[in-house]
Amino acid sequence: MAVTREDVVHIAALARLALPEERVPELVAQLNGILAHMDVLRKVDTTGVTGTAGIGDASTPLRPDTGPQIPLARPREAFAPQMRDGFFLVPRLATHETADEEETA
Amino acid sequence: MTTLSTPARAVTERYEMVVGLEVHVQLRTRTKAFCCCDTAFGAPPNTNTCPICLALPGTLPLLNAEAVRLAVRAALALGCTVHETSIFARKNYFYPDLPKGYQISQYDRPLATGGRIAIGKNADGTPITIGITRLHMEEDAGKSIHDRYGGATAIDLNRAGVPLIEIVSEPDMRSAREAVAYLKVLKQILEYIDVSDVNMEEGSLRVDANISARLRGETRLGTKTEVKNMNSFSGVERALEAEFVRQCTLLERGEKIHQQTMLWDGARGEVRPARSKEESHDYRYFPEPDLPPLRLDRAWIEQIRAELPELPQARQARFAESYALPAGDIEVLTANAKLADYFESVARQHGDAKSAANWVMGEVLAALNATGQSVEHFAVRPADLAKLLDLVRDGVVSHSAAKQIFAHMAETGDPPQQIAEREGLIQVRDADELARWVDEVLAENPTEAARFKNGEKKLLGVLVGLVMKKSKGRADPRRVNQLLSERGG
Ligand SMILES: [Zn+2]
Repeated sequence: MAVTREDVVHIAALARLALPEERVPELVAQLNGILAHMDVLRKVDTTGVTGTAGIGDASTPLRPDTGPQIPLARPREAFAPQMRDGFFLVPRLATHETADEEETA
Repeated sequence: MTTLSTPARAVTERYEMVVGLEVHVQLRTRTKAFCCCDTAFGAPPNTNTCPICLALPGTLPLLNAEAVRLAVRAALALGCTVHETSIFARKNYFYPDLPKGYQISQYDRPLATGGRIAIGKNADGTPITIGITRLHMEEDAGKSIHDRYGGATAIDLNRAGVPLIEIVSEPDMRSAREAVAYLKVLKQILEYIDVSDVNMEEGSLRVDANISARLRGETRLGTKTEVKNMNSFSGVERALEAEFVRQCTLLERGEKIHQQTMLWDGARGEVRPARSKEESHDYRYFPEPDLPPLRLDRAWIEQIRAELPELPQARQARFAESYALPAGDIEVLTANAKLADYFESVARQHGDAKSAANWVMGEVLAALNATGQSVEHFAVRPADLAKLLDLVRDGVVSHSAAKQIFAHMAETGDPPQQIAEREGLIQVRDADELARWVDEVLAENPTEAARFKNGEKKLLGVLVGLVMKKSKGRADPRRVNQLLSERGG
């Protein structure tokens, strides 16, 4: 299963990564290199091995519905790019440039 | 239950609406799904956050046991099969109120599948039932506010990581009214089992709709659109009607429906396409590597089933059978579980269900509506209301005095007997005192008295009223009636 240049451009768009045109061939090659390794793994004999989403039969561990909240080592302001009235501020989304829309759900 | 019929509209008569709903419900836990942060609504922005729900590097999610219990409870109440193994998955999308860059959800192995609920009856009496495709657990995203600060979007992550269930229905609804009926029944069931606040205004119940139109008689589904941003039941009804008309109009013109997301604009009463590109439907789900599968013991699931309270429809059936009440009364009394409990407690202690029903639907609901109180916190406890009804039945107080006593009870919470004595509302049945009031009234109103004695029977009511007034509601109206009739000659 080869990765095409369309795949790379699409994935970059989904991840909101700016991808200069000249870097596309390089990334296509790198991703295909990684997938080539999957072809190596595919040679392992997995007869009789069922698919799994975890190791062993144990359930995901559960915690009781109680606090306390885990404290932050540093205040939010220390790592947030910008804060105002307690909100994290990010650049206005392109889809909301006119900002006449309600708060998103 | 209500009888549903299809709305008639000239432009849409040849078409049938097909609707499926996706309902997100916030589970009523103290803490978030995967961390110990508080879930309380209305905290200052970003105060209910921690390294886990802020997605700081090196953190791991740990599932809240209570969220699992509530989700299983909801699934069972909706008639779903709860699976012993379900798998969490990452739903990947990019948005600033989703710090991890993915939402932990469930995908191809959800918690529960295959439920069904009854939402009413067709005109011919057959039940209308709606299938529940699946119910899965997931976490909420944060909140983006686009219109508060110029050039910026403000992010509040208090809600990020709050546990949700998503309930996906089959495309079984055929009108906007059916969709609303489904939502009302769903909300009522979730309220009865106490898993959520189910409050659309506060966002603890959110609804997205998939809607398509097809010519009547057609069995294949048409191309659907997704309608979002509906903030009330009436919004859902109006949005579906508007989108249906839009689709029918396009189809009538021979145009194609584009599969897209539409936003409901309640103020303008119209739907319009969402501006964001729907490439986000490319979610690239994969099993969440940080969470092993959720494995539930069958015996534990059955224990949760055994703990379910009586559900609304079972309760309605039982009320019809045990109390022989009319359907309209039952609908009002079972609207929520707390009110139904209140009524039953009064009815059991007093004995006369119809009289208990009348008082609960009349005086009690009026008092609650006037003050906005909930029935659990109402000052008049069921035992005291039952005692008041006993006093009326035994002729100790008149019906009109009972209403005055009730008003005092609602204010003070004092027992009825005490109020009746304090306010002098004990019904007077002493023959001499009653006779004295009757004679006084006749003496004070000689014209009416003369006409009455000459056979004008219609004046009886007026005279009884005057005696009741003179006695400040304490006279027994039946006795007064009797005494006046005797004097009427
Ligand atoms: Zn947290």
